[in-house]
Amino acid sequence: MAVAASGSPVPRAIEDVYEPHQPNWLEAALGPEWYRILRGVLTNPLSVIGLLLITMFVIVGLFAGAIAPPLNPADPYTIPRDGFGSTPKPPGSLWTLRQPPLPFWWQPVMHSTQWVHLMGTASGQWDIFYGVIWGARTALKVGVIIEGIALITGILVGSLSAFYGGWFDEILMRITDIFLAFPFILAALTLSAVLTPVLGKGIWPASIALIAFGWMSYARVIRGDILAVRERDFVTAARVIGAKDGRILFRHIIPNAIYPTLILGSLDIGVIVISFAALSFLGIGTEVGYADWGQLISFAQNWIPTLGTYWYIVVFPGVALILFVLGWNLVGDALRDIMDPRMRGRGA
Amino acid sequence: MVNYIIRRLLIMPITIIGVTILIFGMLQFLSPVNRSALYVRDVPRNPNALDGIIKQYGLNDPIPVQYWHWLVGRPDPQTGQLVGGILRGDFGYSRSASEPVIELIKARFPATIELTIFAVIPIIVIGIWLGVVSAVNQNNPIDQFARIFSIIGYSFPTFVFGLLMLMLFYAVLRWFPPGRISDWANAVIRGPDWHNYTYLLTIDSLLNLRLDIFIDALRHLFLPVLTLSYVSWAQFLRVTRSSMLETLRQDYVVTARAKGLRERDVVNKHARPNALIPVATLGGLQMAFLLGGAVITETIFNFPGVGSAAAAAASQLDVVTVLSFTLLAGIILVLANLGVDVLYAFLDPRVRLG
Repeated sequence: MAVAASGSPVPRAIEDVYEPHQPNWLEAALGPEWYRILRGVLTNPLSVIGLLLITMFVIVGLFAGAIAPPLNPADPYTIPRDGFGSTPKPPGSLWTLRQPPLPFWWQPVMHSTQWVHLMGTASGQWDIFYGVIWGARTALKVGVIIEGIALITGILVGSLSAFYGGWFDEILMRITDIFLAFPFILAALTLSAVLTPVLGKGIWPASIALIAFGWMSYARVIRGDILAVRERDFVTAARVIGAKDGRILFRHIIPNAIYPTLILGSLDIGVIVISFAALSFLGIGTEVGYADWGQLISFAQNWIPTLGTYWYIVVFPGVALILFVLGWNLVGDALRDIMDPRMRGRGA
Repeated sequence: MVNYIIRRLLIMPITIIGVTILIFGMLQFLSPVNRSALYVRDVPRNPNALDGIIKQYGLNDPIPVQYWHWLVGRPDPQTGQLVGGILRGDFGYSRSASEPVIELIKARFPATIELTIFAVIPIIVIGIWLGVVSAVNQNNPIDQFARIFSIIGYSFPTFVFGLLMLMLFYAVLRWFPPGRISDWANAVIRGPDWHNYTYLLTIDSLLNLRLDIFIDALRHLFLPVLTLSYVSWAQFLRVTRSSMLETLRQDYVVTARAKGLRERDVVNKHARPNALIPVATLGGLQMAFLLGGAVITETIFNFPGVGSAAAAAASQLDVVTVLSFTLLAGIILVLANLGVDVLYAFLDPRVRLG
């Protein structure tokens, strides 16, 4: 070679010139794609704030029983009430009737054995603090259940649609269009009103309604991804060795197409929780006194001319709801940038 | 392009039929007695009479037969006249409002139209402005501020924002009351000297030369418009910003800069018109959403539009009424979607000429 003739050193192997990327243990464990996503989320200050908020709500939700012990452990989602008076009491008022057990942290912090309404009471003397704490558990519960089922529905519809294609695809996509033809809140409101007499009051009518009108975007997203994966060589290879449709779809195609949909879906928990709270606020779904933020805020509707005095009915549960949703949206915003192929390699 | 529009026009009736089937399917969750609100005003207490009504109106007929009657109406066995039939505009009786649903829709729709007109202008104009400013200042403090404003905006539940606005501007400051009109003004518009030209209070008050009522109507519109705007700006900001960033990277923008145009002209004349094409889509859909009834905003501000009527009916489990509103909103949205697609095709030269 010319190089040897001119006396310069023998060309080195490409590995010596370009130092190969050495994945650290975390990257080795997660794979390059997940590692990139994780690094992106953890290096963005806004999404770190979001993660902290979510963690805080998960902790509050998990330990709701210790932070605000229920009066009746068998029925913890019913907010305890201090009598039945209609005028709300301001934060700091003493519990007078049917006081629930003191939480473990109260005596050491406050040096008092008298439990107070930390955030006041709503009309009907429902304790707002209890509702806010247990509302975190309700929010996480309905968020995860609704989102989980909506995701599974969307993934099934979208994957079957893309996998079989043709007329089947056309029909499923037209059905998807029909469900998309309604304004989300109005449709969910209607279906919960339809289901309430059938199922009784509780979280289920609103949850089912939100699932029924919430799966369509996932079906569309995963359909697009599966259409791309379906044409790959490994799918043809699986077909050649005689794998059945179900095995090809669930073992080969879906695992390679599912992640964008899963991430998109898990971040919609914020939107789902807002919608659930909105239905509760409108008086559809849960019983009066159920520990749910929307339900608590709806008590304020009776006090609109005097909200200046009774601000605590809106502000405490409202702030809890906003921070919860903000947490998911902050992470979601960062993730959307990381996952957007056009933004790749721009420091994300 | 022509093929595309033809395909859309062919699909639209299928979607609308699907929408009616879905609504009718939801009606099937009701007992036949409750479904009788489609045809009769009151439920009789007497069980024999109940059976009579179920027979008379075929509420136990096969479902396709019931669907057909629900669409086109059904002859009343006693009078022989057609009753019901959504295609005839007869949606049945609203038991929560004690009047035929169609009368309720007619009574409530003008308020929603007025709210939509007043809300759409600030939503679109300010939303686009925020997006353009944010994109032009990409990654500097103005952009960061706009992004945080937008994330907070779409994390803010409408009902919390609305209640906080009421707390501040009504309960404390007494500037902007809820409702659509003050009591004294309501007395005037129900009086003998008032002419309803459009049923839109702001326009009618000007035509009746009553500036005081015009101002009263505006004061009532302010908070709902502000609430709808704030929660929608976030969306417009995002779409405009990303579309604008995309456009600013295009070759023709580089060319415009290279030939020495002022930055202001590059942005306003070259980039912005093209960046606004996707925003036009969003604007059209937003308007359709508002026309379908801003359920939460109207309820909070006690604004008598179709949205608050739907919410009131739903909370009293008056399913026949709330389904009619949903059907109406669904059809508005399907038509708007089609309109927006056609508009998109006309606005975008790549689609128009392709």
